[in-house]
Amino acid sequence: MPPDFISNLYVFILAGFVGFGVIRAVSPLLHTPLMSLTNALDAIVVVAAIIIAGRQETQLTTVLGAIAVAASFSNMVGGFLITARMVRMFKSRGSKQS
Amino acid sequence: MTGLELQQYLDFAYIVAVVLFILSLKFLSSPTTARWGVLAGEIGAAIAVVVTLFNPEVAHYKWVLIPLIIGAGVGVPLGLVQMTAVPQRTALSHAFGALSAAMIGIAEFYVGTTPVTRFAMGEISLEVIIGSLTFTGSLIAAGKLQEILPQRPIVYRGQNIVSLSVLAGALALAVALVVNPGNTLLFPIMVVVALIFGVLLVTPIGGADMPTVISLLNSYAGLSAALLGFVLNSKVLVVAGALDGSSGFILSVIMCKAMNRSFTNVMFGAFGQVQVAAAGAKEERVVRSASAEDAASILGVADKVVIVPGYGMAVAQAQHKVRELYDVLTKKGVDVRFAIHPVAGRMPGHMNVLLAEADIPYDRLIEMDEINGDFPQTDVALVIGANDVTNPAARTDASSPIYGMPILDVDKARTVMVIKRSMNPGFAGIDNPLYYLDNTLMLFGDAKQFVNSIVRELTGAGAAHG
Repeated sequence: MPPDFISNLYVFILAGFVGFGVIRAVSPLLHTPLMSLTNALDAIVVVAAIIIAGRQETQLTTVLGAIAVAASFSNMVGGFLITARMVRMFKSRGSKQS
Repeated sequence: MTGLELQQYLDFAYIVAVVLFILSLKFLSSPTTARWGVLAGEIGAAIAVVVTLFNPEVAHYKWVLIPLIIGAGVGVPLGLVQMTAVPQRTALSHAFGALSAAMIGIAEFYVGTTPVTRFAMGEISLEVIIGSLTFTGSLIAAGKLQEILPQRPIVYRGQNIVSLSVLAGALALAVALVVNPGNTLLFPIMVVVALIFGVLLVTPIGGADMPTVISLLNSYAGLSAALLGFVLNSKVLVVAGALDGSSGFILSVIMCKAMNRSFTNVMFGAFGQVQVAAAGAKEERVVRSASAEDAASILGVADKVVIVPGYGMAVAQAQHKVRELYDVLTKKGVDVRFAIHPVAGRMPGHMNVLLAEADIPYDRLIEMDEINGDFPQTDVALVIGANDVTNPAARTDASSPIYGMPILDVDKARTVMVIKRSMNPGFAGIDNPLYYLDNTLMLFGDAKQFVNSIVRELTGAGAAHG
């Protein structure tokens, strides 16, 4: 078992606990934006895709990497955009303007 | 600057990004801070993407920048969809995320300049299997939500055996690859089998179960990203994947609890199919229907009104009319609140977003557990396009397929009004005894038009009195 695996496992487990902690505190009002926000954060795989596509090792890996860059970056852009739109809609009676 | 130093700067930037990601989710705990959460996430993601472009491994920019532009071109319209289309958009974004993770895993396999170890082979195989099945499964879910595919469960005899055999096939191929990593021909076959499993997994699941399925696919998408982090030894992916995965998992648990069902029951139960036969045996019972005029006069003299929205409100796009009703009643001094069942709609939080879009203040949107005790003191419970989540059989009838599911106790209100197209039960075919109660009035018609007529009656009556 490679040593990297162990350190990654530590990170995974600790991040999992952090995730449980912060996400349990998210208001059920915001469960839809929560899903689109975590989707946008998950799109960070774009950094791995950029490296695969940018290395241009073989034609196949470049194509796969390029697809991955486009797919994940669309999630990142779209995910943040729609989350921002959604959370701006939530207004309390005090802040309601009309 | 030597290569090593640069690598350390990159790692440091990724740590900053990870911290911002966690803060981003933390800010989402309340609607007042949520926009800071989005900002923190955006800054973290921007830092990570920009520093990656300076990674010396990125030697050629053509096939990085073109896909980035395409991705932005696809992402912007997907970020601007109507709020009613958010469930299918979310399913589609799970598909994209999983596609991306699967593609990178596959590429990593074919880079193969150094012989792949068995351990690495196991990691890659698992990652690619989860990514692939999440990709096709999410596409099917998006198709069902967009109604390109039928929303009803599609089932056949021996389905679970077929589906599980396909999954077993994919896992067996993965094991064969671990035993002999040189047998590279098996790899693409494994990918195809996993893609097929994703289709088989989601096809039998009905529309009403979509909140759970979307959450579960969300969790898988996160898991595939985290596994990719293991494959590539990238901590930022491990953390982001773990956050996304735990979010999807928590939401799945909440959805399952709100339906009193287990994961396996949702995934393999093909809910809503068995009950169709049972629905034939019902006796003729009396239903009282009422006009918009009747409804308006009852609502107009009420003190406390609770509106219960469901998927039907989303389908009819009635949320803006509902807001007009809210305004008219509030102006008359009626206390109007909204009761939100966790699985109302097609994804977690669906109703909240639609009502917030219609400018209804979020402090009027009350969760099930908080509002259930108030129904006995409620003059009118107005159900708009919700069905199973208000079905009292869940409390009383042990033979009902939804027995034990927590419901909104609307039947305890003094008067219940249900806006519904017809007495036709939904595709789940579960009869709702609520409709036959003495204190229930059925308002037959399209949700949007009916609410509109009520609003007109109320404003007209107001003018007559003034």
